[in-house]
Amino acid sequence: MAKEIHLQTPLKDEDLEKLNIGDKVLITGTVYTARDAAHKRLVDLIEAGKELPFDIKGQIIYFVGPAPARPGMPIGSAGPTTSYRMDSYSPILLDEGLKGMIGKGPRSKEVINSMIKNKGVYFAAIGGAAVVMAQSIKAAKVIAYEDLGTEAIRELKVENLPCIVANDVYGNDLFDEGVKKYRK
Amino acid sequence: MREIDVNKIIPIVKKLCIDASIYIGDDVVEKLKEFQEKEESPIAKEIISIIFENQRLSVEKQMPLCQDTGVAVFFIELGQDVHLVGGDFYKAINEGVRQGYKEGYLRKSMVDDPIIERKNTKDNTPALIYLDIVQGDKIKITLAAKGGGSENMSEVKMMKAADGIEGVIDFVVDRVKRSGGNPCPPIIVGVGLGGNFEQSALLAKKSLLRPLNEKHPDPKWAKVEEEILEKVNNLGIGPQGLGGRTTAIAVQILAKPCHIASMPVAVNIQCHVHRHKSAVI
Repeated sequence: MAKEIHLQTPLKDEDLEKLNIGDKVLITGTVYTARDAAHKRLVDLIEAGKELPFDIKGQIIYFVGPAPARPGMPIGSAGPTTSYRMDSYSPILLDEGLKGMIGKGPRSKEVINSMIKNKGVYFAAIGGAAVVMAQSIKAAKVIAYEDLGTEAIRELKVENLPCIVANDVYGNDLFDEGVKKYRK
Repeated sequence: MREIDVNKIIPIVKKLCIDASIYIGDDVVEKLKEFQEKEESPIAKEIISIIFENQRLSVEKQMPLCQDTGVAVFFIELGQDVHLVGGDFYKAINEGVRQGYKEGYLRKSMVDDPIIERKNTKDNTPALIYLDIVQGDKIKITLAAKGGGSENMSEVKMMKAADGIEGVIDFVVDRVKRSGGNPCPPIIVGVGLGGNFEQSALLAKKSLLRPLNEKHPDPKWAKVEEEILEKVNNLGIGPQGLGGRTTAIAVQILAKPCHIASMPVAVNIQCHVHRHKSAVI
């Protein structure tokens, strides 16, 4: 892997303009969790013209439904879920100011175009490396939709959360490029 | 005739749920090592190292390998000389799941209604239970805790005899290609051939239970498995879909007789967190 870059949330355009696909990043600050069910509720709020449960500007959403925390731990195992299931919602959130998403698997053309338009970045985390990811999560608090259980929105405090830049603000796609290189 | 109290099953099922979520099989580790050595992509090599680190941390911290601790799928071989007493067998399995997922701090991933309400059942039940009656007076319980991400990339196709083995191979390879990075590669590709519509899917799932270091007992199918594995790894998808030579670490086939008009083919994709554990009572 190429260079290692430290990122602090909330993200600024100039931070993101420096990133290229394949870069290894370590994210520190606040990230918000949301999966399918929470995305649907967030988008319903936007469509109804209502306020979101957190200020989304400059923020990162991590597609994860963590395992429960053991006593004394901030969180249980917390690896990424598959991102394509959020593809129909993400452009709407990017339009609202969302800057980063963490998940696994490729994104649709629509999401990639929205990332170019809104200067957003998609970070790939390693699916199944859920204990490794949990080591970087120092605190977790449910801030909305507690009824959804693991799918509730959590505010995470993270330190050096390891990810790889999969889609940059220039429309490049590591999934596309990587596979092309090793196809026989 | 041997009497077995169903209440004896509860703690056994509970332990299977917890152990499967933390301890990965040696066969998976061996295969990953074998492929890591051959891997050409530096990112892919590093991803496999992180997978090993995750396996180590999972045991050390007693935390599940993956936050998706899956649907609890059970394959039960019930000896025909067993007489079950003391309550409802299926309820006992579900109680074991309930206790295991609670006490093991495992994620509860089941919703009651699949489409409209989708309300979490909060205890990971109901389990999916498949029962086979076998000879003897024992019960063998195998748990396969199956994650949603890889399951979503699975498919059944009712093919025709004219498609031949070439058609089957093309379909399986294409299924993996269309899955890309979504099912958390490196994957294991389970292939069910024959039976009918529903049995082919079950065969594909059952094929995943074979240890990865065991060759298919029929050389004809062993050869097809190798051919599919090579083609799949030539797709270049690689670990997590970020490019590389390690898309799948095994292809496993289970074939059964079928109707003269049919050629059902099912593909069940399994991620690298390949969890299954058995116990015999």
